[in-house]
Amino acid sequence: MDNLLEIKDLSKSFILHNLGKNIQAVKDITIQIKKGEFIGITGKSGSGKSTILKSIYGTYRLQEGSIWYDSTHYGPINLAKATEREMIYLRKHEIGYVSQFLNVMPRTTARQLVTEAILEMGQTKEIAHMETEKILDHFELGRELWDSYPATFSGGEKLRLNIARAMVKRPRLLLLDEPTASLDHESKWKVKTLLEQLMKEGTTMLGIFHDLEFMNGLVNKEYSMKNGQFSRTIQKNITISL
Amino acid sequence: MAELEVPVLSVKQLNKQFGNGCSTCEDRESGDMVKNYCRECGTVYACRDVTFDVYQGEVLGIVGESGSGKSTLMKSLYFDQEVTNGEMYVAGFENGTKNVLNESAQKKRYIRNHLMGKVYQNPILGLKMNFSSIGNIAEKLISAGNRHVGSMETRGASLLEEVNIPIHRMKEEPKNFSGGMQQRVQIAKALSNNPPILLLDEVTTGLDLSVQASVLDLIKGLQRELNISIVLVSHDLGVIRMLADRTLVMLEGRVVEQGLTDQILEDPQHPYTQQLVHSLL
Repeated sequence: MDNLLEIKDLSKSFILHNLGKNIQAVKDITIQIKKGEFIGITGKSGSGKSTILKSIYGTYRLQEGSIWYDSTHYGPINLAKATEREMIYLRKHEIGYVSQFLNVMPRTTARQLVTEAILEMGQTKEIAHMETEKILDHFELGRELWDSYPATFSGGEKLRLNIARAMVKRPRLLLLDEPTASLDHESKWKVKTLLEQLMKEGTTMLGIFHDLEFMNGLVNKEYSMKNGQFSRTIQKNITISL
Repeated sequence: MAELEVPVLSVKQLNKQFGNGCSTCEDRESGDMVKNYCRECGTVYACRDVTFDVYQGEVLGIVGESGSGKSTLMKSLYFDQEVTNGEMYVAGFENGTKNVLNESAQKKRYIRNHLMGKVYQNPILGLKMNFSSIGNIAEKLISAGNRHVGSMETRGASLLEEVNIPIHRMKEEPKNFSGGMQQRVQIAKALSNNPPILLLDEVTTGLDLSVQASVLDLIKGLQRELNISIVLVSHDLGVIRMLADRTLVMLEGRVVEQGLTDQILEDPQHPYTQQLVHSLL
C-alpha cells in the first residue's frame, strides 16, 4: 500500500432501540492518509469527527465501508473487518489513541501507567523502569507526581501523561481526539512541541481539533466536516520550525 | 500474515437445561417460553448454544442480569455440574484436541486440579470454613499431586502474603475472616496450582468499595504478572470496564452480543446491551 490508511465509503449509524431511532453519524467518508502525514479534522460538535476516529480504532463497529490499514505485522488489513484479537494486537503495537479524557485504571500511578505500556511491548522490567523515567521527564511531568494517581492531576498533566503513554509505544498511526481541549496556553504549547517531534519521527497522525490556531502550522491537510460528511479540504504548506 | 493464535480455552455450543424439555419447547425459537422457561413442562434453558474462545493472558468478561446463565456457565466450565451437551477444549489437555466435557470424571478432575482455578461469589463454596487458611490451599495443592508438607507450607504462605493475608493469621480458619479476606484466601487457593485459566464468578459482589478495589487490584496485578487467562463474570459493568479486554453479554441463557469491551460500552448493538450500558451512567 502507498498510503498508511485508506478509508472508503465509511458510513456509521447508531440504532437506538429505546427511542426507535436510527442516527446517521457519518456518511460516505473517503480519505487517504500517506505515511508520515498529519491530517486535521475540524467541524462543529456532532458533525461526526470522533466517529471517524473511533471507527478506525475499532471502538465503533461499521455497517458499511472499508478501512484499509498497512500493518507491519499483518500487512494490509481492513480494520472494519478485523477480529477482536487482531484489533487488540494493533492497539498494543501499532495504533495509538489519545483523547482529552484519561481513561485509566483507578489506583494506578503515573509511573505504573507508563511502565505497563512499555512492558506490553515486550520489554524487560529494567528497561521499562528506565524508559519510564526518561519519558516522564521528557514530558515535563513533575517528579512529585510520578508516584501519585492521575485522577488527581490537572487537565494539562493528564493530557501529557496520556500522550506519553501513547508515545512510548511508538505507534505508526496516532489518533488524537481533541488533544488540546480545555488546556491553557502554556500546556498547549508543550503539546504542540511534542506533536511536532512525533511528526519528525515519522508518526502518521489524524487529529480532531477545535482550536484552529493550534492546528495551523501543524497539519498537512485539513478536512472540515458538516453533518457527517466532509464539506471542504484545505491543503497546507507547512514548514516546521526547528 | 501473522501466525494463527490458539485459544487457551474454547467453548462451542454449550447447552445446559434443567428439566427434560417437551414437544412445546423443543423448538426453542417458537416454543411457548417465558424468557428461557418453558410454561408447558417447566424446563429452564440456562445456557443456550454458548460459544466463545479465551486466549492467553486475556481477561474475558461476561455480563448479564441475574438469571441470564452466567453462573451456570461458570459451573459448567469448572465441571461443578454436567452440561446437557456441548464442547469444550483446553489447550493444556491433549493439546486442545479432545472435548473435555466427554472425558471421564478422573480426567475432568485432573483438568480442574491442574489447569484451572475458580473463585466463587460465595466463599462457602470455595473454602472449607473449618480448615485453616493455609490448609485450604494445601487441599488444592494435594489434589494437584503435591505431597511434600514443607514445600506446600512455603507455597501457601507466599500466596497468602501475595494476597495480603497477614502471615500470623494464616493458620486461622476463614470463618473468622471478613468477606474481603475470605475472597482473597479463595484467590490464593485458586492460584496455588499455577493454573493457566482462572474462573472468577462475581468475586467482588457484596464487598464494600474499598475492599472491592483491593480485590480488583489484586486480580489485575496477578493477571499482569502471571499472564494467565481469566474468565470474569460480573453484573457490574464498572468491574468489566476495568478488567476485561473482551466481553460477552448474556441474556436468557444466550450470548446476545460480544466484542471488545470498549465496543460493548460505547457502541452497544443489542437492545438489552444498550439498556444495560445506559443504566451504567
